[in-house]
Amino acid sequence: MSVLSGGGTLVAAVVPSLLLTARYAPIGASVAPWLHGPWWRRLLVAQLTVDESWAISNLGGERFDPQRLVGAGIVLYLAWVGGTAVGVAGGGFLGKPDDLGLDAAFPALFLALLVAQVHDRRGLAAALLGGAIAAVLVPFTPAGVPIIVASAGCLIGLRPPVPAPSPEPDRAAKEGLP
Amino acid sequence: MSSRLLVGIVGAGTVALNGIGPLLLGGRQLPERLTGVVSLLAPTLLAALIVTQTFASGTALVVDARVAGVAAAVIAIVLRAPILVVIVVAAVGAAATRALS
Repeated sequence: MSVLSGGGTLVAAVVPSLLLTARYAPIGASVAPWLHGPWWRRLLVAQLTVDESWAISNLGGERFDPQRLVGAGIVLYLAWVGGTAVGVAGGGFLGKPDDLGLDAAFPALFLALLVAQVHDRRGLAAALLGGAIAAVLVPFTPAGVPIIVASAGCLIGLRPPVPAPSPEPDRAAKEGLP
Repeated sequence: MSSRLLVGIVGAGTVALNGIGPLLLGGRQLPERLTGVVSLLAPTLLAALIVTQTFASGTALVVDARVAGVAAAVIAIVLRAPILVVIVVAAVGAAATRALS
């Protein structure tokens, strides 16, 4: 309350920032079953879970490779810090990142990963639903909200699967292993 | 003072949001019913990220050079190019579109 009365600008700055990172709640939940060890270690690995490391460590469906997650997370962190340092030191010489097309690189990576892991109609339906929800919400909500709400698209997984022949026994066999 | 407080709050909030899933659910096999949902979380979120990063500019939907880059990536994906090639094609496609327009 004192924060609210003290300065609306602080709240105005904090809320959008937290909305942008709120997608890491569902993202963290999706990798959680694959993270073992003590709580502090899981908390540490969770901090390395960003969009890109999460996407790269996904092995399709609900399976994640924790080692790949940590490896990609560390590489991304070092590249991020290093890139920031380079940008501060010599950003003027590099031009704008957009001139290099870097803003198209990440959606392209996500698209390639998405195509590689959509095997059945449910996956396709979930992807289309998530993309549609995000597209519809972008003009009406603050940044970050479309992605959080779009994650609700996965709830179509609550419906019992259509008795499709091949993928189910396959998945059951893999789950039985560990 | 205020900006330090801001960084502190956002930092702590981000650590908490990142950590809540792995802290509460870590290392446990999810109930079967939830597995069906979580297995669809990846494609759902990926699609949402693709849409926002390709078309969103603040709170507006726009068609700019990013779309050209991602369209070029689609062609690369259809041609079964390796993932690194797909990324480079997207960046070059967007950069070329910007340079020409």
